[in-house]
Amino acid sequence: MSSDAIDIHRLGKRYTIGVTPIGRATLGESLTSWVAGPWRRFRALTGPDNEASQFWALKDVTLKVEVGEVVGIIGPNGAGKSTLLKILARITAPTEGYVDLHGRASSLLEVGTGFHPDLTGRENIFLNGAILGMFRTEIVRKLDAIVAFAELEQFIDTPVKHYSSGMYVRLAFSVAAHLEPEILIIDEVLSVGDLHFRNKCLGRMQDLRTEGRTVLFVSHELTSVRQLCSRAVMLQHGRIVDDGPPGDVTRKYERLYHDAAGNSTGVANRPHPPHSYHLKRVELRAAGGRIESRFDAGDIMDIHLWSSGKAPENSYTVEFKLLNSDDEVISFGAANPVRSTYYRAEHDHFVCRLGPLPLTEGNYAFSFTVGVWNKARWDFWQKAVRFTIGRCDPFGTGHGISNVNDGDFVIPQEWLPGN
Amino acid sequence: MAYPQRRTLRLEAPRSWQTLNLAELWEYRELLFFFVWRDVKVRYKQTVLGALWAIIQPLTTTFAFAILFGRLGGMSRHVDGPYALHVFAGMLPWTFFSNTVTVAANSLVGSGHLISKVYFPRLLVPLSAIASGLIDFAIAFVVLLIMMTIYGVAPTPSILAAPLFLAGTIAAAAGAGILFAALVVTFRDVRYIITFAMQLWLFASPVLYSIEMIPARWRLLYAINPMAGLVTGFRACVVGGPAPSDVILVSSASAVVLLLVAVRYFVQVERRFADVI
Repeated sequence: MSSDAIDIHRLGKRYTIGVTPIGRATLGESLTSWVAGPWRRFRALTGPDNEASQFWALKDVTLKVEVGEVVGIIGPNGAGKSTLLKILARITAPTEGYVDLHGRASSLLEVGTGFHPDLTGRENIFLNGAILGMFRTEIVRKLDAIVAFAELEQFIDTPVKHYSSGMYVRLAFSVAAHLEPEILIIDEVLSVGDLHFRNKCLGRMQDLRTEGRTVLFVSHELTSVRQLCSRAVMLQHGRIVDDGPPGDVTRKYERLYHDAAGNSTGVANRPHPPHSYHLKRVELRAAGGRIESRFDAGDIMDIHLWSSGKAPENSYTVEFKLLNSDDEVISFGAANPVRSTYYRAEHDHFVCRLGPLPLTEGNYAFSFTVGVWNKARWDFWQKAVRFTIGRCDPFGTGHGISNVNDGDFVIPQEWLPGN
Repeated sequence: MAYPQRRTLRLEAPRSWQTLNLAELWEYRELLFFFVWRDVKVRYKQTVLGALWAIIQPLTTTFAFAILFGRLGGMSRHVDGPYALHVFAGMLPWTFFSNTVTVAANSLVGSGHLISKVYFPRLLVPLSAIASGLIDFAIAFVVLLIMMTIYGVAPTPSILAAPLFLAGTIAAAAGAGILFAALVVTFRDVRYIITFAMQLWLFASPVLYSIEMIPARWRLLYAINPMAGLVTGFRACVVGGPAPSDVILVSSASAVVLLLVAVRYFVQVERRFADVI
C-alpha cells in the first residue's frame, strides 16, 4: 500500500460564468427576447454550456501528499486555491480527474460553521461538532476539553449572540481543534482572531504536525507557510507552477508578486492629501538606490520623503513610526531630537538612512509625521508604506526567524558557558 | 512501512446517473437529529407563544372555514358528523404537509452558508424541515383528541391505522419538499410559486369538503393528488367517515412515486448546489 494520504490526479474544474446578456436592437427583437427570454434563461440555467462563458479554475493539477506532510498551497487571488479547497472539502465536484483521500478527512473552510446565535455555547458545540462530522458520544467525551480550551467555562450556557467576537471565535476554534482527522484540509483560519488566539492556533497546528497527521493548508500568509509547512505548492492560473521546500517556493512567490505584502511596491503617493502642507510621496530604496519593498534582515534602507512645498516655519522635524503586522508600533525615529537634524522651510525632500535592519521575517509598515517637536503636528500620514522582511537569518543557521512566533526583533547575542 | 487499512474516498466528476447513497445517509443520521433539535430549540426560544403556534394556526383556519363554508356556504350538510371536526381532522395532515413543504422548499437556499462551507448529504436539509414539522403535528393531534371529547366522538380501533396515513403524508411532504428545494436552488422564482400552489392545493384536497362530493368517475383521477387519499384516510381512521380504498391506494402510490422522483432529481443535481447557491 502506498503511503500517500492525498492523491490528486489531473484534476480540473470548469465554471460557467453567468448568463450571457441578450442585445436588444429593435422593438421586434426585444419583443421576441421578451417572449423567448424565460426559455433562453431556462436553457442557460439547465442546458449544455457554451464555450464563450466558461473558464477553467483548475486544470491538470496532479499532486501527491504523503502521510505526515504539511503542505501549504499558495498563489495569487484567482489562482484556483479556493476551488481546490472546495473540491477537497467535497463542496463542489471536479469536472475532470479525481482525488483519492486515504483516511478520515476533515475540512475547515472556516471555524464556527453552522453556529446559531440563539443557541448557548454548549448547544453550539454539539451542533458544530456534528456538522464537522463528530459523533455525539465523541462530543460528549470531549466537551470539557473543548470548553476549557476556549476558556469559556463561565459563559458556556449563555447564548452565543451575547458573546464578544473574540469569545465566539475561541469557541468556534476550540471545537475545530478537537477534531481528530487523519487528513486535515484547512483554509486561512489562522488569520482571524487576536494575537493570543493566533498563537494558540499555531500551537495546535504544530501539534498536528508532530502527531503525524497530514495537513493541507491554503494560505496567503507566507510567513505561516514558511513556519508550519514541510512543503509548499504554488498555483497560478489553475495550474501548479512550483512545488518544493516552503522557503524556496515562498521566495519565488514574492519575486513574482511583489505586492504580496498588501500592495507594497516600496513607493507610495498620498491617496487623499489634505489641502494644507503635507507629506506627498515616499520611496523605500535599497543600498543601490533601487526602489524596493522587500528587504532582508541586516540590509540598509533609505527612506525618501517629499512634502507638498514650503513648510510653515523653520527648524521642524520628520518622524517615523514602525508598525508590525499586528499594527503595533514597535519603533520610532525622528530627525530631531533623536538626531540633531533641523529642516528649513524650503526643504521638501528628506532622507533617512536606516539600518542594518534588525527585523524578523514578516510584514511591516511606516507611518510618518511632520511638525515641530513637542509643539506642532502639521501632518500625519498613517501606514504610508509597507515593506516585507523576506529573510532573517543573522546567525547563519539556515532557519529563518519570523515574526509569527519569535517577535519582531533579533538582538545580537553571544552564548557562553557560565562556569 | 506498513499502514493500517485506511478507507479511501474518491472524489470525481459526477456520473451521468447518480444514485442515492443510503449508507452515507445512515452514517449522518445524528446530524439529521441535530438539525431537527436546532430547529425546535431555536423556534421555541425565539417565539413568545412557543408550542401554542402549533395549535393556533390549524385552529383559527378551521374556525374561519367552519363559519365561511360550514355555516354560510352550507357545506356542513354534505359531511358526516360535526363540520368543524371534519375540517380540523383534515387540517392536521394538510397543515403538516403545506408547512413542511414550504419550509423544506426554502431550506436549501436558507442553508446556503452551510452548503458552501462544509460537506454532508444535502438531502438532510429538506428532510430535517419535514421531521421538525412532526412535533407541531403531535401537539395539534392532542388538540384533535380534546375536540373529539368535546363533540362526543369516540375513537374506534381504526385509529390504529392513522400512523400509516401519517407515514404516507410524510412521504408526500418529503417528495414535494425535496423536489421544490432542489428547484428553488436553480430557479429562484419557484419559491413564489409555492405559496400560491399551496393555496390551490388546499382546495384540490378534501380538507374542507368530503371525497364523496367528487363525482365517482373522476375520483381516481382526483386521487393522483396524494393528499386526496391521505387526508381522507387519516380523517376516516380518527373521526370516521368514508374511506374508499381505491382512492387511498392511488394516492399512496402517487405519494411514493412523487418521493422517488424527487429524490432522483435531487441526487442528480445536488453536486451543483454549491456552485449556484
